[in-house]
This record gives sequence, structure tokens and C-alpha cells, in this order.
Amino acid sequence: MSAARRYLAPLAVILVLLGAWEMAARWDWISNALNVEDFLIPAPSDIAISLWEDRSLMLSDGWVTLQEVLLGFAIAAAAGVAFALMIHLSETARRAVYPLLVASQTIPIVILAPILVVWFGFGLTPKLVIVALICFFPITVNMLDGLRSVDPDLTKMMRSLGAGRLQRLWRAELPASLPYAFSGARVAITVSVIGAVFAEYVGSSEGLGHLINQSQAQLLTARSFAAVVILSAMAIALFGLVSLIERRLVSWDSRGVTRA
Amino acid sequence: MLTRLREGTPDAAREGRAESAAAAPDAVGAPVHVRDVGHSFGELRAIERIDLEIEPGEVVGIVGPSGCGKTTLLELVAGLRSSDSGTVSVGGKKAEDERLARCAYMPQRDLLLPWLSALDNAALALRIAGVPRHEARARAGEHFARLGLEGFENTRPDELSGGMRQRVAFLRTLMAGRPVLLLDEPFASLDAITRAEMQSWLARVLDPDRHTVLLVTHDVEEALYLSDRVLVLSSRPARVADRIEIGATRAPDRAAAVTASEFTALKERALRSLAEGAR
Repeated sequence: MSAARRYLAPLAVILVLLGAWEMAARWDWISNALNVEDFLIPAPSDIAISLWEDRSLMLSDGWVTLQEVLLGFAIAAAAGVAFALMIHLSETARRAVYPLLVASQTIPIVILAPILVVWFGFGLTPKLVIVALICFFPITVNMLDGLRSVDPDLTKMMRSLGAGRLQRLWRAELPASLPYAFSGARVAITVSVIGAVFAEYVGSSEGLGHLINQSQAQLLTARSFAAVVILSAMAIALFGLVSLIERRLVSWDSRGVTRA
Repeated sequence: MLTRLREGTPDAAREGRAESAAAAPDAVGAPVHVRDVGHSFGELRAIERIDLEIEPGEVVGIVGPSGCGKTTLLELVAGLRSSDSGTVSVGGKKAEDERLARCAYMPQRDLLLPWLSALDNAALALRIAGVPRHEARARAGEHFARLGLEGFENTRPDELSGGMRQRVAFLRTLMAGRPVLLLDEPFASLDAITRAEMQSWLARVLDPDRHTVLLVTHDVEEALYLSDRVLVLSSRPARVADRIEIGATRAPDRAAAVTASEFTALKERALRSLAEGAR
């Protein structure tokens, strides 16, 4: 299928939806139906105008959010891999640490975020903590599955060829875990954007979350929608970037998929 | 050492030997002694008192019903397991790590690493032993032509045929440079025609002067064709139901060898022992 034909269907759906939204907003169908002021319902064209007019704002706040996402994700990836290796190599570590890791995911971020702001202030730190906290878990769990996916017969064969614990880890288990770790990373990078925005929402003086917060307080709905468009674009781009790195590193696994 | 020459095929047999002598890395066959060995998995008795003496360079086939403990026996010899009772020694050494260091175990499935090329898979044992990548590749690469793998050095396993994958797996086992090869149903996953081809191929490659081979299979014909001696095991718990000596060479012409009258007589005997042992 050619590129044009492949993108035709989703493009058409998006255009139809945008057109319907445009008409509904322009002719006040939504605001009348919801019984709210018409400036609260921005049309797609309003959002596009805001994207252009507020571009310097979008750019500077978007950059702040992107930094939080990338740094937080990097911390999460390092912690995720470290936890996965630790749990994989030591049964004691598994019993000691795994329940805590699961428990960490039950902490309501809504409650934790304001406390972090009190502790660390409006700066970068609380954002990194939140992003890393929600991102490391899918990486850890998936990578752990990958490390344990190695066939017991393969382990026997490697032992027979003289491979000790670290050799088996390096030559078999780590490469085998890569596709799994990347599945986790793709989930993580997507939620990392939500995490960063939420952290900004709770307490910040910059970033897209802060911009959305402010715009809503000023009833600039078009601008907050425009910020959401930037966020989505950022998430899609980051997801694509992780997928690209994965295809480079894990050629043996994704090959079947990409060849089709 | 058994006389391994069959009428009409001495040249071919010599050729096969010369070819494999060059193919095999430095290793000299070691004797394997299994004395009164028994093994259980919890309540399950897998092996009941097996005795087996293998001379250096001998090829011994082991046939038995599915799940009779053939693989367990190989793992015991390989030093991957320790037995509940009795002693196993390889090259006179009884300790597990000493056995591990003398045996190369080839599991039933090829288990090639999908992220490595055929060449890097074949060189795996060398890399594990700390040989630099460049040198390991060169040493493994020397054998590709002889194993019919020339031109496939950089091919990933998922693009190789089943027979080729099995040959790469065999070369990987060979490159470990161990005196004892433990082959666990090496051709079970292949179709009948490829399996027959691989058996002829292995008959040529197995080097009686260098490697002691323990070949586990559920295919009586394969065992008789490739071995100097065949042990027929009973169903679980495994005992030795029969020992069959094959006083002939591994003929390169497999079709002729397996249809010869003395071969079919041995095959009948093995099948009867197998049936009795399965009761």
C-alpha cells in the first residue's frame, strides 16, 4: 500500500471530525446545547489561530515540559533497568523489593504531587519525581519478563558451553529482554507526558501544564486546547522516537513486523 | 577401538574422517563411566541403576520411549545435574564442574540466538571462553565450508533452513572444543528427508578419533546408523533393556546402510527390546 493510501483513511476521519466540530462550534450548537457561553467552546480554527499567535509561549512552555519528560524518563529507565536486574539476579531482592515496587504504583499521584511541591518547591525536582515514579514501573515489569523469558534449555546449553551467571546474563538474558523493555518504554514515554503536565498543574510557574492552568483561569479555552495539541504531538513524537531506537537495536524481533 | 570399515566403502569412510579431522577443534575423546546411577525428581523415579562404559572416541546411541529419562541421563553426564546415587565420571573426573568442562551439550532444539549471525552463533563457546570477537569469528568461520554453510556466515538464524540451523548448532557444540559431545535428539525437529540427510552428514563429520559421543534419540534407525553401540532403555524408571554392538562403520551411503540385511536384523532386535522395555 502506498503512503498516500495508507494515510488517506485516518486523515479523512480526522478531517470529518474537525469539520463537524468546526460547524458545531461556529454555529453555537454545542454552547446552546450545554447552555454555556459560546467563547468557552473553541472551534478548531480558533485553536489553530491560538497555536500561531501564542507560538512563542507554546515553544518556551513546551520546551520546559519536554525537559521534564526526557529527564524524568531517563531516571525511570535507569531505575527500571536497575530494579529489573536486581530482582532477576537475586531471589532475596525479588521478595524484598517487588511488593514495594507494586505498592509504589498505588500511591495516588493526586495526593503525592502537592506534598512534593511543599518539599521541593516549584522547580524541576517534583516533576522529575512524579514522571519517574509513573514511568519506571512498566519498564521494570516488562524487562523482568524479558529477562525471565529465556528458555531453560538455552540456559543449560550456555552452562555446558562454559557460561557462568554473568555471561548468561550478558549474552542471552539481556538481549532477550530488550524487546520487552522497549514495550515497557513505549508505554512509559506516553504516560510520562501526562505525568509532567499533572506535576506542573499542581505547582509550577512554567510548562504546558502551567499554561493550561492559567489559560483556563482566564477562560482562554482556545489556548488551553492549543497546549493540549502540543502535548499530543509531543507524546506521538516521543513514542515514534522510542520505536525508532527499538527498531535499530532490536532488529531481530521487529523485523517480521516491519517487513510486512 | 572398533574396526569401523565396511566392505565397499573404505575410501568414502576415510574421506569422511579426513574431512572431520580438519573440522573438529582440538579435543581428544575422553572415556565416560556411568556406574549404578539412579535419579529421582521428588517421588518420580526417572532413572534406575544404569551402568555405561564408553571408551574414548566411541559413539553410543541411547534409545528409549518418550519421557524415559534419556535427557536426564545426558544432563547427569554433562554435569548439569548431580545424581542421587551412583557415580558419573568423564575423563576420570567425577566432580560436576570437571564434567561440565569436558562435555558439550547440544539440546534438542537448536536454540540459536536470534540476534546473532550464524557465524557468531557458531563462535559462541569461543566468545564465552574469552576469545576476542575477531579471532572467534575467524576460527568458527574456517568450518563453514565443510559444514555446507559457506556464504551464510552473516545470515540470521530465522533466515536459515531447519537443517542449516541444526548444523550451526552442531558447529557451536563442536567449537566448545570438548572431548565429549552429548547430543539430545539433534534431528528430532526436522522432517524425514532432511533428517536422513543430516544423519549422513553427521556420520561423515563425527570423528571417532577425537570425540566421544553420546547420542540420545527415539529413532532406532538413527541410533543404529550413527553409533558403535546402542543402549535400549526401558520406560520410566529407565533401566538398560538391551545393549547392541554394531561392528561396522558408519557408511556414507545411508540408504544402502540402513537397508542392509544385518542392519535390519539389528533394527528388529532393537525394536523388540524397545517394545519389551516399554511394558
